[in-house]
Amino acid sequence: MRYLLRKLGFYAIAAWMAITVNFFLPRLIPGDPVEMMLARQAQSGPVEPGQEEALAAMLGLGHGNLLVQYGDYLHALARLDFGLSVTYFPSPVTDVVGDAVPWTLVLVGAATLLSVALGLTLGMLAGWRRGSWFDSLVPSTTFLAAIPYFWLALLLLYLFSQVWGVLPLGGGYDETLDIGLSGAFLGSAAEHAVLPAATIVLSSVGGWMLGMRNMMVSTLAEDYVVAAEAKGLPPRTIMVGYAARNAVLPSVAGFAISLGFIVSGSLVMEIVFSYPGMGFTLLQAVQNTDYPLMQAVFLVITFGVLAANFLVDLVYGFVDPRTRQAR
Amino acid sequence: MTAPTVPTTPRATGRGWLRPALRSRRFAAGLALLAVFVLTAALGPWLVGDPNAFTTDLGQAPSGAHWLGTTQTGQDVLAQLVVSARGTLLIGAASALIATVVSVVVGIGGGFLGGLADEALSLISNVFLVIPGLPLVIVVSAYVKGGGAWSTILVIALTSWAASARVLRAQTLSLRSRDYVLAARVYGEKRWRIVLVEILPNELAIIVSQFIFAVIFAILTQAGLAFLGLADPSHLTWGTMLYFAQNAEALTSGAWWWFIPPGLCIAALGTALSLISFGLDEVLDPRLRVRKVSA
Repeated sequence: MRYLLRKLGFYAIAAWMAITVNFFLPRLIPGDPVEMMLARQAQSGPVEPGQEEALAAMLGLGHGNLLVQYGDYLHALARLDFGLSVTYFPSPVTDVVGDAVPWTLVLVGAATLLSVALGLTLGMLAGWRRGSWFDSLVPSTTFLAAIPYFWLALLLLYLFSQVWGVLPLGGGYDETLDIGLSGAFLGSAAEHAVLPAATIVLSSVGGWMLGMRNMMVSTLAEDYVVAAEAKGLPPRTIMVGYAARNAVLPSVAGFAISLGFIVSGSLVMEIVFSYPGMGFTLLQAVQNTDYPLMQAVFLVITFGVLAANFLVDLVYGFVDPRTRQAR
Repeated sequence: MTAPTVPTTPRATGRGWLRPALRSRRFAAGLALLAVFVLTAALGPWLVGDPNAFTTDLGQAPSGAHWLGTTQTGQDVLAQLVVSARGTLLIGAASALIATVVSVVVGIGGGFLGGLADEALSLISNVFLVIPGLPLVIVVSAYVKGGGAWSTILVIALTSWAASARVLRAQTLSLRSRDYVLAARVYGEKRWRIVLVEILPNELAIIVSQFIFAVIFAILTQAGLAFLGLADPSHLTWGTMLYFAQNAEALTSGAWWWFIPPGLCIAALGTALSLISFGLDEVLDPRLRVRKVSA
């Protein structure tokens, strides 16, 4: 319970810091962003009264001193009032972001789980058979890990869509279909997700594999593994139940760093595939200098990553009782 | 990317480690590959022509005249690749250097001082660790538009120091209570002297390894930023090459010679640096060395 509270406290502080950074950042924008946004919105259509206040509050550039601005900003944030998007005028920013979230969540979530499962299994086998031909393949994954996600995406897209023509060139689904739970739509969405998912798995699997392999090698030297061997337990039981169970802990603990990496890579990768997720939306926002949309995307991604890390920390506390007792 | 293994016993630094390190095949291969890139970056720009010169050979496939073909506007891809090596390496090294300095100050400082300062510093590093870097970098770059190479370097450095600060803090905590450090305290040595003379040299191997990973991270991040058009496009890097290739639809026009080489260079450079780092780890942590076992 104390472990839970401490973790909760930490993530609350992390979330507050992200929100506060987000409050100060718009001050870096040269000129008056509020004026600029209003002028751009006015070009696209009539601007409702009250937009100026909403926009100023969200960018932390309202009236009054810093504290009042901060209060207004938090208030707007609590009501999820990000104002209207310039890019997709006059849709509210929350709608635009809401449309993009499921795409990234499903794609990155599924691909990450797949990559973790695959990497840990292969790493376990490589560590178990240290020095075998399979183990000697592990260093080659450093090459995969050093490839930029978006370039691997370009390469896969070029080969599978341009040269061989077996998979679609981009987008998240066949646009002639309606979004819904129909078989045709789901099939098309799955077909469009193959290359993006493959990109994530190929780029990230090496890291999991290498970390697991090295921990396996260290764990296999432990006394309890030797004792299990001396007892004559079947090798499979020793590998999975004794060595791998303990070797996996640092990988779980290192999830935070890896997830940040995967999310960052996926954002740029989405742009290559014109995948309708958060990365694509962020690029639209950047190209159209759509500050409210940029802020919302940044906060949503950050909160998503924080939530995922919190979940993993809970799992970690469960699988490794030692962390619950520490301090 | 996994954090490199922290060696359990810090070795005394000196000339002693280089020779066994070179015996590691990975280390030697990585070093050789890195040397090629560094030499190319240092001397290459004088050997190739002007990378921005337009010719009348538009979008041509590799040939004798243009070994790696030309871009849509007739620029020589090989010349761009060579000149970009310099820009990419400079940004990577500069960001990594700043990030490493910050992580040394925060990690070793916090670990050594302990108490409230340590609590605060490690809280800040943990927060920076869980907040995803690239979205922050993208937003900041979009806000400060047109800041040039230095703003890119600073932004990357400020989002990439946290992981190594945590590793260094852990190592400092373990070193701080070693006998020789306690002895130095009893002698009444000054704090800064204990940090600089007793602790820092013993963490040099970790710092070098963290620096190497910081370079890889910086190069990957810069490539992503440049690809999005958020880096100064007049400053040629492999990332900006990919940006121009993407904008000119090199992919759909089948100009593979334009977008494949820059990415391959990034991956090869990253691999070279990882190999060096793993080679160093093997030398410092003998348990990781591959030995034939009769399974």
